[in-house]
Amino acid sequence: MGGERKKMAIIVHSGTMDKLYPAFMLASSASALDVETHLFFTFWGLSALKKGGLEAAKLPGLMRIGTGMMKGRIREAGVPTLSEMLAMCKESGDVKIYACSTTMELMKIREEDLIPEVDEIVGATAFMAIALDADIQLFI
Amino acid sequence: MMKGMVDEYVVNRTLDARGLFCPMPIVKLKKAVKEMADGEVIKVLATDPGSKRDVEAWCRKTGNSLLEASEADGVFTYIIRKGG
Repeated sequence: MGGERKKMAIIVHSGTMDKLYPAFMLASSASALDVETHLFFTFWGLSALKKGGLEAAKLPGLMRIGTGMMKGRIREAGVPTLSEMLAMCKESGDVKIYACSTTMELMKIREEDLIPEVDEIVGATAFMAIALDADIQLFI
Repeated sequence: MMKGMVDEYVVNRTLDARGLFCPMPIVKLKKAVKEMADGEVIKVLATDPGSKRDVEAWCRKTGNSLLEASEADGVFTYIIRKGG
């Protein structure tokens, strides 16, 4: 194909299931298109990168009571779990996961609290440098 | 491309993506095609109606050739040749 690879940069700002799914679905679709994806988990999004965070993710607000039902539907439809989606993204080698350093300080999260899939802990400036070169930028 | 103008082909590999939804059929297709040699042909079976546009877009963007696309009884069949 030649030429420089296309890039996508996504700010993952929410740790609820309804936002994490689209982020991972877009990332895995992008990797199938040979697009390199950079996911920056910040504020509430960062809770998803804590050990057990993806498994504990719920629907937002009052809808949280429907989380179990939603997970049942996801299983029935054969849609992968969030952890499986992340594993698939990492397996492709095209998806990079960043944890926001300021959020770590704010939420008192230590490096050892994070799942090993995290590639790097960075600040907003480092992510901006990546996003400036990206063909697609999203905030989810 | 018009029917009948497509070259003869031999299917080297089959991917059964029936029952899977976006983005799984495409993720699996990418993985399978990566293991194939240029010019080899893969047959994909899918039930996700979104796969029609997805497969077409994937082939266009990745430089692979969609030789045939058809539907019968809710099952979509795609014949894809790796490369142009």
